[in-house]
Amino acid sequence: MTQPEGFARDLEARLRLALTPVEPPEELELRLELRMSELVELAADELESWEAAALRDPRNWPRAALRPAAAVLVGTGAAVGLVLLRTQRRRHRRRAVAHGPLDLAERTLRDVGREALRVFDDVRPG
Amino acid sequence: MPDADQDGPGPSAKARLDEQFSALYRAHLRDVYSYSYYRVGNHHDAEDLTEQTFLQAYRHFERALRESDGRPLRPWLIRIAHNLAANYYRDRSRRPQTALEDAGELSAAHTTEAIVEDREDLTRILACVQELPDDRREALIMRFALGMDNQEIARALGRSDGATKVLIHRAIRQLEGLVGAKETAG
Repeated sequence: MTQPEGFARDLEARLRLALTPVEPPEELELRLELRMSELVELAADELESWEAAALRDPRNWPRAALRPAAAVLVGTGAAVGLVLLRTQRRRHRRRAVAHGPLDLAERTLRDVGREALRVFDDVRPG
Repeated sequence: MPDADQDGPGPSAKARLDEQFSALYRAHLRDVYSYSYYRVGNHHDAEDLTEQTFLQAYRHFERALRESDGRPLRPWLIRIAHNLAANYYRDRSRRPQTALEDAGELSAAHTTEAIVEDREDLTRILACVQELPDDRREALIMRFALGMDNQEIARALGRSDGATKVLIHRAIRQLEGLVGAKETAG
């Protein structure tokens, strides 16, 4: 069935409303962060077993000496990512309660600090 | 661990890669979730699909970055979700349900009351979208739910720009027919 041109334009507008983007649930964000931090831990474990194997082979000794530092850097990069993610997630709440841009900036910094402490507590060995 | 060369990226490169992936995740979580939701029709499976998409993306992120040549990675992410959704139907012999779970409620939650004049109308349109052939339905989801342009949709679907333009045109024409017929019948 052929419809008039106005109907098509109207249909596209209605389609845009019908297919409104859907916000993911917060628990999905948390679950994904958890899975990704698990992956980062797995990567760190891989590095550790590589170290153990490398130490048995003299040809790898110079490189093996660099690996612990590498693992720390990898972990730090992932942790920084997590801090950014968690801080970003709280942005709507901060905007809602902030009294102006300075207050917002201060709250954002406080959130970054708080999340950094949490993340580094989470990843601290033992 | 992201797909890497034999020895993997150096530690600082790996940290940079993780940061880039975090940025990609933050920028496109809603896109992937929206696509998954409109594709599978319920929140539970949409969450699974979104999770699987990002896990797979993480594994192949380094190669994707290298091969993207600076182009946006959203089509690549949506293509992963598209392939996973196809497997999801194949493995479980399922098809999306005609009525999307609480579609009316969602429209109300994400638009202002002034815009939503007729929730039934939107639900009817969504039902008609679900009746379209898979490729047409997906192209419309990408265009209207995610706001992707023809070029991005073409990359996500692995088609040429021209073929994608024709696909979207035909999808809208077919949808017009379906909606028109329902409105006449109603």
